[in-house]
Amino acid sequence: MRPFDYSRADGAPDAAAKAAQGATILAGGTNLLDLMKLEVMAPEAVVDISRLDLTGITPTEDGGLRIGALVTNTDLANDRTVRTQYPVLSRALLSGATVQLRNKATTGGNLLQRTRCPYFYDTGAACNKRDPGSGCAAMTGCNRILAVLGGSDHCIATHPSDMAVAMRALRARVALESPEGTREIALADLHVLPGDTPEVETVLQPGEVITSVILPPAPPGRQAYVKIRDRASYAFALVSVAGIVAIEDGRITEAALAFGGLAPKPWRDPEVEAALIGQPAGPAAAEAAADVLLADAKGHGGNDFKIPLARRTLKRALRELTEATS
Amino acid sequence: MIITLTVNGRRTELDLDPRTTLLDALRHHLALTGTKKGCDHGQCGACTLLVNGRRINSCLALAASHDGDEITTIEGLGKPEAMSDLQAAFVQHDGYQCGYCTPGQIMSAEAMLAEVAEGWPSYVTRALDDDPTLTDEEMAERMSGNLCRCSAYPRIRQAIGAVRDARASRTEAAE
Ligand SMILES: Cc1cc2nc3c(=O)[nH]c(=O)nc-3n(C[C@H](O)[C@H](O)[C@H](O)COP(=O)(O)OP(=O)(O)OC[C@H]3O[C@@H](n4cnc5c(N)ncnc54)[C@H](O)[C@@H]3O)c2cc1C
Ligand code: SF4
Ligand code: FES
Ligand code: FES
Repeated sequence: MRPFDYSRADGAPDAAAKAAQGATILAGGTNLLDLMKLEVMAPEAVVDISRLDLTGITPTEDGGLRIGALVTNTDLANDRTVRTQYPVLSRALLSGATVQLRNKATTGGNLLQRTRCPYFYDTGAACNKRDPGSGCAAMTGCNRILAVLGGSDHCIATHPSDMAVAMRALRARVALESPEGTREIALADLHVLPGDTPEVETVLQPGEVITSVILPPAPPGRQAYVKIRDRASYAFALVSVAGIVAIEDGRITEAALAFGGLAPKPWRDPEVEAALIGQPAGPAAAEAAADVLLADAKGHGGNDFKIPLARRTLKRALRELTEATS
Repeated sequence: MIITLTVNGRRTELDLDPRTTLLDALRHHLALTGTKKGCDHGQCGACTLLVNGRRINSCLALAASHDGDEITTIEGLGKPEAMSDLQAAFVQHDGYQCGYCTPGQIMSAEAMLAEVAEGWPSYVTRALDDDPTLTDEEMAERMSGNLCRCSAYPRIRQAIGAVRDARASRTEAAE
């Protein structure tokens, strides 16, 4: 690990001021320290925000929930309101990493964790994200875990978070603070697609820190998180689906579906949901929705299997969400 | 930089390079080598210990971030002549082969038993609004952050299961 100046923020404004001067934010450290050990990230200054008072989970006036940026993945998954009102979020969190990691990992850090692309981690390989303009070793290399939607000729990295996928289905918003002031954006707009600048991953400006995530009131309908991975526990998603579906008289009246493992950001496509609304719940509707989702999907050899896998995962999620319970 | 850690009940001041992980602080600066370094990247669980009662991977934590915290390591659970129930069960059930992952397994199991008692759900918990019970399936999921290269898993589960049962019957007897 390269040497760095370590300081502790004494408040969110202080963290933002230090970040504006170029310091890298350290929250739980489970992603940042990993990357610093490998020198994939080598900040000259680190500002530790882990002791800031951003650990509350509080109801909002309109019946939603405000989640502090430093709420741990454990505390969020365990929260009674989340477990009963937003079970898709609890499930997504519990499907990720391990208890040891979730005890450290924070809400803000989880959203901003970097890709697990093997070439991004390998400082000897070409990678436009780590070293802009150097090329992308993944295009012809081992791209099994990488994107089939939303990628570009410059980068096909996937965003690895499970939590963010559930939050996207829940229409979460993200509160930001910088020396210029505060603003709130949709989580949908936080991450950007790689295009020809894969090193730019979010709309955050220098000095902007995440202070909280806001969930709107829990939507009607059933919620589920289906995650497909290489082993039964402790693995990143190959494909995941966060779904919230309401049915009346056998027909789908509301649908929110977000996808992990497929794209550089938690993926949501309004046309997929439109294909479901008004349809009788069943395999035909699921096939039609999968057709829409995967119309532009593009494999790169090693990850071709994700396209049929995404179809099957979507079908399974919709079955779980619409089948009569015994 | 100067930081203070309370390790197994003993307060110590340390002068560390900011890069020092909690794991290296214990092993290299406090000569507490019970906590093991496997991968050094948060993947294997050999470095598991408790911070303020919660289990974490100490290889992915800066010591500086834990200034003032209470740390419990395998050395704090028991001694060879006075082992904790989990330590004794690992010996009795042969819950290891080479033993390298064992301190992490035991620290993780200690935390897991408390988490289940506090009602933490896991990915395999059927109903999120109910309190979980520690079935074998739950145990496998909750211990999945502790890899065993020797694959002693069946006996690790046996050892932990024995302690789960013994503690449960002790609580019942007390009630
Ligand atoms: C072995 C392993 C397995 C894993 N498996 C999974 C999995 O299956 N699913 C999954 O979703 N995740 C998984 N993870 C990833 C884990 O969830 C993330 O590492 C964690 O959520 C990051 O949170 P953190 O607080 O530790 O972030 P940090 O490492 O502290 O920070 C991550 C990034 O976010 C920035 N940052 C942090 N907080 C803020 C803030 N408030 N404002 C602005 N910037 C900020 C940091 O500068 C840094 O760039 C795994 C990790 C490991 C090591
Ligand atoms: S896919 Fe993206 S992250 Fe991976 S090597 Fe290519 S440019 Fe780098
Ligand atoms: S050494 Fe910390 S998880 Fe492997
Ligand atoms: S006993 Fe050898 S690694 Fe577990």
